[in-house]
Amino acid sequence: MPSDDRLTVDPARPGGRRDALDAQAPHAPSHAFDDARRIARFRWSVRLTWLLLLGAIIGTLSGTGLDFSLIAKKLPFLLGAHLSPDGFIQGAPLTVLITVISITCCAVIGVLVAWGRMSSNPIGFAAATFYGSLFRGTPLMLQVLVIYLALPQVGIVMGPITSGVLALSLNYGAYLAETIRGGVLAVPHAQREAGRALGLSRHVIAWHVVAPQALRFIIPPAGSLFVSMLKDSSLVSLMGVWELNFLAQSYGRSTYRYMEMLVTAAAIYWVMSIVCELFQARLEKRYGRGFEPRTAL
Amino acid sequence: MARLELKGVRKSFGGTPVIHDIDLAIDEGSFTVFVGPSGCGKSTLLRMIAGLEEVSAGEIHIDGARCDHLLPSARGMAMVFQSYALYPHMSIYENLRFGLVCQKTPKAEIKPRIERAADILQIAHLLDRKPAQLSGGQSQRVAIGRAIVKEPKAFLFDEPLSNLDAELRVKMRGEIVALHRRLGSTMIYVTHDQVEAMTMADTIVVLRNGRIEQSGTPAELYARPKNQFVAGFLGSPQMNMLSALGLQSGENRFSVSADGGRLRLQLPRLADATTGDLRCTLGIRPEHLELAEGGALRITVTAREFLGSETIVAGTLESGEALRASLRGAIDVRVGQSIAFDADPTHMHVFDQDGVALEIAEQPVIHAGMRRV
Repeated sequence: MPSDDRLTVDPARPGGRRDALDAQAPHAPSHAFDDARRIARFRWSVRLTWLLLLGAIIGTLSGTGLDFSLIAKKLPFLLGAHLSPDGFIQGAPLTVLITVISITCCAVIGVLVAWGRMSSNPIGFAAATFYGSLFRGTPLMLQVLVIYLALPQVGIVMGPITSGVLALSLNYGAYLAETIRGGVLAVPHAQREAGRALGLSRHVIAWHVVAPQALRFIIPPAGSLFVSMLKDSSLVSLMGVWELNFLAQSYGRSTYRYMEMLVTAAAIYWVMSIVCELFQARLEKRYGRGFEPRTAL
Repeated sequence: MARLELKGVRKSFGGTPVIHDIDLAIDEGSFTVFVGPSGCGKSTLLRMIAGLEEVSAGEIHIDGARCDHLLPSARGMAMVFQSYALYPHMSIYENLRFGLVCQKTPKAEIKPRIERAADILQIAHLLDRKPAQLSGGQSQRVAIGRAIVKEPKAFLFDEPLSNLDAELRVKMRGEIVALHRRLGSTMIYVTHDQVEAMTMADTIVVLRNGRIEQSGTPAELYARPKNQFVAGFLGSPQMNMLSALGLQSGENRFSVSADGGRLRLQLPRLADATTGDLRCTLGIRPEHLELAEGGALRITVTAREFLGSETIVAGTLESGEALRASLRGAIDVRVGQSIAFDADPTHMHVFDQDGVALEIAEQPVIHAGMRRV
């Protein structure tokens, strides 16, 4: 379920605004109590609706004659409780590992490319824009296949996991660079100038003034990118990597029960995405501190 | 405290010059205001002094030492921005402390400096808050506090009150002037609001199109504007400008006729003019006009603004030119009514065709007054 931390409006008021006069009203405490009660009611309504919709999906799927014993039997494998035949992790943990490594590499690439995009050096700028255009202008699946299948023709041979991580990092790095650039440019120019006027070095301004403020703009879209990356990591199944999607397809093929395996894989992806979103919401809250004005409550 | 000197300072953006050969001396401990319309170069000039903008040509000296090649940090200036530019992710205390830490100020000095600034500006109770939790006036005080803790040679203010509402602007104006008196520091203040300039400055520098039109005390600029632009820019409501014809006669007098010849007056002779006719402009401030039954300036009232302590009456002369008068108290006039004014010729200004003020010799007025023909 989505985090309640992001609930910043009062849904019971038109336009979601709190009345600014509440604080000055003679019965301010009762107003505050009413507001708190309304918000609590709203949150419980959201949770209940989620549960009802989830129940509806489970009910619908149950009606299709799902073999829950098969799901129970294969779930530990999908969740990576057992190692693959070659003794390496498999299933969801491998998906997470590929995603985490890709996110790390992608972040480094994103920062460097964003720096190039904002550079006054024509070569740096040209390289960054060329890279961005190339990797955002071609499909991710094609990039995966080029790295894994085409590069060996010119003597560059990489393992499937390395190929997958490289493709994801290069592709998402191009998108992340634009997100980072947008975040940095969203910080008012006066903030840098105030730093210069205070006698701060460029390094200090970049890391202590601009970066903490830019993160507020970067985290929401970057979080969405990383959730997408988690799901797109399934493309490495094309190369026979025993990650979640590959295992689900394999078990579906061997048992002729695709519905059970694919629905289970989808549920695992969904849970992992929700965990990512909760983590993102925490980060947003942390880096949003100090930006929200005090409410009347 | 610092004495600043600008010598032949120029600034161009691309090939476009925006500041032209500025020569200016700013005295130690003075409160100097750069004023002028939008785009006149006042903020650019301030930013060049701060080191945030490079000087294209010329020199800037602080206490006799050239500094236009130095980084902002090495100039010993502190700047207060229009947008306050407080760091939203830091508390007020951290905002005040951050610059000092980065400048490697001894630890023992940091807390006393912050406490002193907080005491001066009455923001001690705000130190734990974040900037988003402050009002406009409080944010402004913190921005000034961040400058004070630096203990700079000079304070630079870039339109610091323009984001505040009218009432708060008046209050903060007084606070900044009081702060100047208390600290005795050199302060340079940029504004487009001539009321702000007149009420705050020791010295006003009026800029237009990147050039200094005139500099001096508020009283000097008000009483003796060098040209039509300065005369019209300072003073509220604006000075009335009437087309006139001047005649310098040999007998130590200068005759001016305006309102299509219906108004004639004699002023002391011009200090620097030859005899003969002269197309000119007659300037009369609205506050120097007085209601007079048989007054020389007769208008048909087009508007009346009652402001409590004064009434501003606008109307049209018989020549079709507009005239405004600022009269004390409540004046009962109606739109369409015909009323007449008189003015003291000693308060009048005459400008030539180029808008340059014609200097009237300092000597007793001969046949002073105005008479209607």
